[in-house]
Amino acid sequence: MSPDAYERVKTARSNKRPTGSDYISNLCSGFIELHGDRRYADDAAVVGGIARLSGLPVTVIAIEKGRSAKERACRSFGAPHPEGYRKALRLMKQAEKFRRPVLCIIDTSGAFCGIGAEERGQGQAIAENLMEMMTLNTPVISLLTGEGGSGGALALAVADEVWMLENAVYSVISPEGCASILWKDAAKAPEAAAHLKLTAQDALRGRIIERIIPETGLGQPAFYAQLRSQLHSTFCTLLARPHLPDDRYARFRAFGLPAEAVTTRSGSNLDKE
Amino acid sequence: MPFLNFIYKPQNKLEKEGRAAAPVQQDESEPEQKCPNCRKQIPLSRLWANANTCPCGHHFRMNARQRLSLVADKDTFCELFSQVQPADRLAFPGYPRKLETARAASQENEAVLCGTAEIGGQPCCLFIMEPYFMMGSMGTAVGEKITLLFEYAQQKRMPVVGFTISGGARMQEGLFSLMQMAKTSGAVKRHSNAGLFYLTVLTDPTTGGVTASFAMEGDIILAEPGATIGFAGARVIEQTTRKPLPKGFQTAEFLLEHGFVDAIVPRMNQKNVIAQLLKLHCGGETYESGRI
Repeated sequence: MSPDAYERVKTARSNKRPTGSDYISNLCSGFIELHGDRRYADDAAVVGGIARLSGLPVTVIAIEKGRSAKERACRSFGAPHPEGYRKALRLMKQAEKFRRPVLCIIDTSGAFCGIGAEERGQGQAIAENLMEMMTLNTPVISLLTGEGGSGGALALAVADEVWMLENAVYSVISPEGCASILWKDAAKAPEAAAHLKLTAQDALRGRIIERIIPETGLGQPAFYAQLRSQLHSTFCTLLARPHLPDDRYARFRAFGLPAEAVTTRSGSNLDKE
Repeated sequence: MPFLNFIYKPQNKLEKEGRAAAPVQQDESEPEQKCPNCRKQIPLSRLWANANTCPCGHHFRMNARQRLSLVADKDTFCELFSQVQPADRLAFPGYPRKLETARAASQENEAVLCGTAEIGGQPCCLFIMEPYFMMGSMGTAVGEKITLLFEYAQQKRMPVVGFTISGGARMQEGLFSLMQMAKTSGAVKRHSNAGLFYLTVLTDPTTGGVTASFAMEGDIILAEPGATIGFAGARVIEQTTRKPLPKGFQTAEFLLEHGFVDAIVPRMNQKNVIAQLLKLHCGGETYESGRI
């Protein structure tokens, strides 16, 4: 149990951290933003387009929380509507057609929670992304830079490699939500955060992510240069792999049970670990 | 009606001897259930004869094996993957006890029942989620069983029929639960790419991570009348937006209106409709060739 888990949650949520657009402009050059899901609207919580990463053409999709109060409200504080996920999928399909690698930059408390989002099929939009990303025949790297809130984050994280910044968090439910369900008390969020094992270190230990990006000099040119070179070399390796969708499925298929649990019912497994 | 007794009280031999007459209606051996919709008391035998639905149309919740007996042809069900057990990988407080309570309440090992069966003579792989096991929440064991079923179906070239009931991902298993959404979706997609048919029936309630994964991924999506179906919880949405929710928000009818389910099918007709749909999709694709 990490005693500082909730401190990490607070750090991950800090509005002093770089936002999605900062990563796009500092990691890539010549970004051309492409708007809209071609079905209903353009979701400002998701920024997507084409750019070059160390010369390599890539499709970049980032969840953007916004900076100023006005911008944050306009971008729904980085909580995507179904249109955001559908725009992301459209751009990923486009990337597949032209065999461009896809970089997803994720920082969200979760998918938008509202009447319109439900009316337009938030669940269906996420489900479709999970399905389609699994067989997308082009490399995908997802980078969690701040909050990785449940299905809303996973909808952009069915990737060949998932990386997390040192202070990013990735969780099935917010610590506040977990505490209010379990103990009917959102103030017990720090305790819930510790139990949820939501830090980058926990995710790496559980083999849910491949890499932790240290935050030394976060937001400084040297930080971006290092990250850019790691992304570029990994994309080049992935581009050379012949059976990418099969490997991606195998990656997620492994998130099953510890071997000893798949035995006849003894009940004793519950007391272990 | 006892309060009318002063008008006319029928007498019989037993009463004269000081014993109460057997009630004409509502004998105590016949338990009843109150319908939350029409508020009438319905004798359980009548409820059961009517597929656990009230004459007013309200569909009562039912456990996986009851539903199985309504849907599958008699003695055709063969359970699969029942050995898959949940694991408390995060050592989450209170989880082992919750699992024990859920096992006792549901008499099941996990929140989904998987196997092969025939529906109206049509062979298929079948999964039914169990509301009395932590409200059908999806942890690693549920994700694993669903994934195994789709892989089995793909290997045997069989269609999959699934009944969903779920409160969402099981938070006690943290990120491992969340990953089941991607894992099951991958298995559905591969089964689909092999040209095989998948039908879901969304029942009350289907929410959260199950809505946002395999529940919404069917080639055909049916729903039970009045079922709550959505991603975010209604109470959470109300608290977040501070707006009153529209009437019938997140019901099966609401989803039909907004284009997210193919049809609403009352429980009594489900077996028939599923059998017809299987028949329309299964020609030459079943595991026993020649069986159409």
